[in-house]
Amino acid sequence: MTKRKMYFRMITTSLMRRRSRMLVALLAIAVGATILSGLVTIYYDVPRQMGAQFRNYGANMILLPASSDTPLNEDTLDRALTHISESKLVGVAPYRYENVTINELPVRVAATDMEGAKKTSPYWQVSGEWPSKPGEVMVGKNKASGMAFRVGDTLEIVYTPETESDDPQVIADSRIRKTFTVSGILDTGGSEEDYFFIPLEDIEELTGVKGVYDVAELSISATQTELTSMSDAIRTNVPEVSARAVKRVAQSETTVLTKLQALVFLVTVVVLLLTMICVATTMMAVATERRKEIALRKALGASNRNIIREFMGEGLLLGGIGGIIGSGLGFAFAQIVSMKVFNSSIEFQPLILPATIIISVIVTGLACLLPVRSATEVEPAIVLKGE
Amino acid sequence: MSLLELKHVSKIYGDLHALDDVSMKVDTGEWVAIMGPSGSGKSTMMNIIGCMDKPSLGEVLLDGVDISKESSKNLTDIRRDKIGLIFQQFHLINYLTALENVMVAQYYHSMPDEKEAMEALARVGLADRAKHLPSQLSGGEQQRVCIARALINYPEIILADEPTGNLDEANENIVLDVFRQLHRDGSTLIVVTHDPEVAEVAGRTVVLRNGRLTEEIINENFEQQMAEFAKGAK
Ligand SMILES: Nc1ncnc2c1ncn2[C@@H]1O[C@H](COP(=O)(O)OP(=O)(O)O)[C@@H](O)[C@H]1O
Ligand SMILES: [Mg+2]
Repeated sequence: MTKRKMYFRMITTSLMRRRSRMLVALLAIAVGATILSGLVTIYYDVPRQMGAQFRNYGANMILLPASSDTPLNEDTLDRALTHISESKLVGVAPYRYENVTINELPVRVAATDMEGAKKTSPYWQVSGEWPSKPGEVMVGKNKASGMAFRVGDTLEIVYTPETESDDPQVIADSRIRKTFTVSGILDTGGSEEDYFFIPLEDIEELTGVKGVYDVAELSISATQTELTSMSDAIRTNVPEVSARAVKRVAQSETTVLTKLQALVFLVTVVVLLLTMICVATTMMAVATERRKEIALRKALGASNRNIIREFMGEGLLLGGIGGIIGSGLGFAFAQIVSMKVFNSSIEFQPLILPATIIISVIVTGLACLLPVRSATEVEPAIVLKGE
Repeated sequence: MSLLELKHVSKIYGDLHALDDVSMKVDTGEWVAIMGPSGSGKSTMMNIIGCMDKPSLGEVLLDGVDISKESSKNLTDIRRDKIGLIFQQFHLINYLTALENVMVAQYYHSMPDEKEAMEALARVGLADRAKHLPSQLSGGEQQRVCIARALINYPEIILADEPTGNLDEANENIVLDVFRQLHRDGSTLIVVTHDPEVAEVAGRTVVLRNGRLTEEIINENFEQQMAEFAKGAK
């Protein structure tokens, strides 16, 4: 048998036959490696995913009336849209807001073209369905919980036209009512959750006014420079309309992502430190527990270098095994997080596998430095002592 | 020239003279017992002879070389090459088999050699226990593995500190027979004990008291005992 073979036999049997203690260290390393590889996978993959999702969607231009005298209407909107090439226009959602009452409470309704809104606000989360025909309403989450509306409920929207009269009876008589079915609840994380969304046809029926809008949101597949030139063209050719390029969700989200990445990075560093402390503590206990064995090896003629090689060998082997387990589990962990949080599967990053293993080995190696030092300080004479 | 010579060796801890001006000689092939009550300095002397400790005063000549002032690294090398150690607590590595425990000594010395390690185990009558872990062996068997490990590298001196201290009488006799066999084969044996029965079978006994060598007893019946052993062994 060669020396090397004996060396490997010693360090592997030490790990295999002294399971309980080593399992603690292995667990620490594996958990550390799992979180490391999981977080790093997310770190790299999520921006890629989010970027892909947002790149071609979301409103990036809004059209407003240039002055309060001439509202945005079908005519001005159509003329403005002629300055945007059809192939680049992803979606248009004209919005009209009105104050109404539901169950005697004053609320705001937003009327829009639902198909257009789906394109300009692709990240809206709807439980239930978007309204697909007149008489259906999508309720913002805040209002739904505040007023206890659920999908399938019916509600009555009451519109009170402006009138010169102060007579309550006249006002009451002028009211127009329409019953709606709740088709879905809207969750956006923003102010939209305070609105009731209904199709344009319904607001036109309730108010009797057609073809006017407060604002139109546009989603255009174009660069920032193209957008600027388009909005300039609209401003010169359709003076009634003010066109403004707005930052896309994806762009404003970039800062959030950077912060998210910084957070992930921080957590990773902390986890690595904790792993190191745990491994160091375990290996320190191992070194203390095995003082007799180390003394015996020295009594048999082991040099400090022999002791370092054996102790480190065990540590690094542990680091390697923990790293392999962790990199596998980490991918699963990242996959689960990605499916749960972002609703999409993660792309396998082949480099993360060896990187995790190498980092686990390095971290374990560092963690073993102090315990190894204390192991080399053991005096062989102690094996003769201790009755 | 003697194989081992201690010249006025003292080991001093504060005011305590664990060893006090000890001088003695051991020749190649001798079997010497060191006797004395607990705390008399036996282990201290073993540590010095076994190159695990250095005397405060005096010289220790091993093969004519003074080892009393060597660096601990050189002492490690000398210990590995010239000394075989046997312990009261056996000190087997508990996760290695009997065979592997013997091979560890070869590993640090030169080259692990399974065949030779098996032969050493066979010499102490443990060929059939080679693949057992220490926990699966009796005390006597563990001590014999320890002996096999001590002699595997052909040391010039085999040092045993209370080798039978943890054994019952039957196992003590087995170990003493192994010692007789080693002596017959030419090994130099230094055995520390506080048990007169273990000391009596050696060729010579030196007695330590409070760190001083107070007495030296020559075993008149030694030749006869060895002859009887040789007969019995056949
Ligand atoms: N490292 C040490 N420091 C202080 N005193 C020691 C040390 N080692 C041994 N002694 C003392 O030296 C004396 C001899 O010890 P030792 O050689 O172990 O005795 P024995 O082996 O004969 O029982 C004892 O009084 C013991 O307490
Ligand atoms: Mg002692």
